[in-house]
Amino acid sequence: MHATNTLAEADRLMTLCNSCRYCEGLCAVFPAMEMRREFLDGDLNYLANLCHSCGACYHDCQFSPPHEFNMNVPKVMAQVRADSYAAYAWPSAFAPMFEKNGLKISLIAALSVAAFIAGFVAWHDPAALFGQHAGNFYRLMPHNTMVVIFGAAFLYAIIAMVMGIRNFWTNIGEPAATLTQGGSLWQAMKDASTLRYLDGGGVGCMNDSERPTDNRRRYHHFTFYGFMLCFASTSIATLYHYVLGKQAPYAWYDLPVLLGTIGGIGLVIGPIGLLMAKRERDPMLVDDARKGMDVAFLVMLLATGATGLALLVLRDTSAMGLLLSLHLGVVFALFVTMPYGKFVHGIYRFLALVRYAKEKRMIESGEAGTA
Amino acid sequence: MADFSKRYDVLVIGGGNAALCAAISAAREGASVLVLEAAPKFYRGGNTRHTRNMRCAHDAATDTLSGPYSEEEFFDDLLRVTGGNTNEDLARMMIHESKDMLDWIVQQGVRFQPSLGGTLSLGRTNSFFLGGGRAMLNALYLTAEDLGVAIAYEAEVVGLDVENGMFLGAKVKRPEGEAYVRAGALVTASGGFEANKEWLEESWGPAAKNFLIRGTRFNRGTVLKMLGAAGVDQIGDPTQCHAVAIDARAPEYDGGIITRLDCVVFGIVVNKNCERFYDEGEDVWPKRYAIWGRLVAGQPDQIAYIIFDASSLELFMPSCFPPIKAESIRELAGKLDLDADALEKTMCEFNAAVKPGHFDHTQLDDCRTQGLAIEKTHWARKIEKAPFYAYPVRPGITFTYLGVRVNHQSRMMMADGKPSANMFAAGEIMAGNVLGKGYAAGIGMTIGSVFGRIAGREAATNARN
Repeated sequence: MHATNTLAEADRLMTLCNSCRYCEGLCAVFPAMEMRREFLDGDLNYLANLCHSCGACYHDCQFSPPHEFNMNVPKVMAQVRADSYAAYAWPSAFAPMFEKNGLKISLIAALSVAAFIAGFVAWHDPAALFGQHAGNFYRLMPHNTMVVIFGAAFLYAIIAMVMGIRNFWTNIGEPAATLTQGGSLWQAMKDASTLRYLDGGGVGCMNDSERPTDNRRRYHHFTFYGFMLCFASTSIATLYHYVLGKQAPYAWYDLPVLLGTIGGIGLVIGPIGLLMAKRERDPMLVDDARKGMDVAFLVMLLATGATGLALLVLRDTSAMGLLLSLHLGVVFALFVTMPYGKFVHGIYRFLALVRYAKEKRMIESGEAGTA
Repeated sequence: MADFSKRYDVLVIGGGNAALCAAISAAREGASVLVLEAAPKFYRGGNTRHTRNMRCAHDAATDTLSGPYSEEEFFDDLLRVTGGNTNEDLARMMIHESKDMLDWIVQQGVRFQPSLGGTLSLGRTNSFFLGGGRAMLNALYLTAEDLGVAIAYEAEVVGLDVENGMFLGAKVKRPEGEAYVRAGALVTASGGFEANKEWLEESWGPAAKNFLIRGTRFNRGTVLKMLGAAGVDQIGDPTQCHAVAIDARAPEYDGGIITRLDCVVFGIVVNKNCERFYDEGEDVWPKRYAIWGRLVAGQPDQIAYIIFDASSLELFMPSCFPPIKAESIRELAGKLDLDADALEKTMCEFNAAVKPGHFDHTQLDDCRTQGLAIEKTHWARKIEKAPFYAYPVRPGITFTYLGVRVNHQSRMMMADGKPSANMFAAGEIMAGNVLGKGYAAGIGMTIGSVFGRIAGREAATNARN
């Protein structure tokens, strides 16, 4: 009846939760659950991606282990969620990327860095790698080459992720038209950008114990907004280049450098905080098999931020060549592995929030709900 | 950290809502407080773990309450459910104090939300805990810890030193060994004796062996018994307990809310001889569910079966175990180990007696039987649309009513009529003072919080003097 044992366990939990409902005020998962009486695989995948893993329902549950009902919603939802990433992966031949994900991502990252070093050495006098270039990256790699390589990697990631989105949306059984509802999209954007459901119903995450803290949300904000600022920095630099004809390197007070610096700091503080939170997390809540995927993604983001900042500080020294290889290698690996790692959590969770925004309106207008 | 060599101002026995309200209130009065919880940390909090709301009077609607609930209306409700079996003075004081409780308990970290899905009928009168009873407890424990209250788990009180109504010290059994703890005042908030099957058997006979306990296995009434032996006046009827019919497949303890079944009104209920024994449609379910535990307890082997058909399957809240399903009544009887001929006969007689009517499960409708020894007076529809379903049910005990007598200060009264020098009680162990019988949703938590707060404050004052 269910595709996996994990989905069968999620069905058991949701059926029990649906006969209790004490947690319905904690987040979006439980009100969405109450709209259903039976849980198909698509429903469970939707609910799992709606779950932000705040842990509150585990500590609030009178039936969590050691109780014989053994209810561990955050952990099982994390497992279902991770399985769903692999199930939606495009092309499906790459689904195994999600197994031992941490190892594979690190290998790809190391190979990318090595390729950039080797490329620079092959194309130039090896001494150029260690020379001083006054912050001019294009001496090592022409701008157009950079655009082609990274444009292709990014385009591939986008295509693969759009196909994943299609798979998710079909699997949860939601009509395509929901994605064109402005109201639902806007609500989901607000819920995602504030991490509304990562707060245990108002007091914060219950990460290492039942004492709530807001640390994970705070560090996730550093990470997410840091990433977005870095993205904005690169986009603006591209506009400078093509629209204004303004070539890098830019001065420290120029917009691309300012945004990149602030973003880079966010990408260092955020992932470090999230890694610490992960280390402190109650082992009962952790999906051990997938811990590598989470850690790999955080480390990749941290490496992106840290190498970017190092490059900025040391761009006038002879370390620039190596640092540039390192930074470009990491960013390249981040792009090509995006559809096959933890990055996709943001996409599926956002989509789940879009559907929930629609369902919430139905709940509030009394169109839905069981007896 | 609990320090058993220290003399605390206030010793609290128990770890649920009443105990924690007492501990917090005593600590806020400046007292040093030790809480002894018999359960391990996960199972802390007794029956509070399984609760979801409390009933407090309020003059106006709030963010989470849909309308006012006056003290007078609360008192009328209490009079009705207890049949007048209440101490009016004490009840009125509790109801008055319950008004302030809505603010006080929030100040202790507890959060409320609007009534849960499927409980709209309580949306005006009852305040629901965000995240349920265990979330409420977690908040109270965090607040108590922040106030410096010492808490010991797996600390079961096995002896009380009481001299002429004055508490001196308690003997405590812990995994590390026995300890003796002294304190200036005592608050007992250790619940009833519903998990003590031997004690239940004294009142119920061997039938008690087949009872399921909906809540904690730690409410064994040890302290209640010791207080009786120490000369504290007892109140309430030992044979009275709050019992509902729950899924017979539930665990013996701690099955909680999800083992309840809300489908009696939609079908018929038969005993192991396939006989009906009570009007399933007497009144709306919220007003009748509490009598079914006792009804099933009166049947042979304390077991009964709710039987209904496909037309009713989605009319009630889901519960933890799926119904037993069959394509015919005879097949269903086989799965339930019942006599197929007898079940078919009962079913035929019932179906033949159903009169035409307009089915409406939201109110007392006109669907009834005519001509049966035991009529079904509302929501009677023929049970004929396959598949057929059944839930086996047993009595599930929620709590007991026997307790200790207290006064307005929540101070225990001795059998000789004098107040105790330094002993107080709160929660289920003294609920019988206001709740002689019957029940209204959420009132157990009101009793716990209001008397817990008073007991803690008075115990702190007492210890200081």
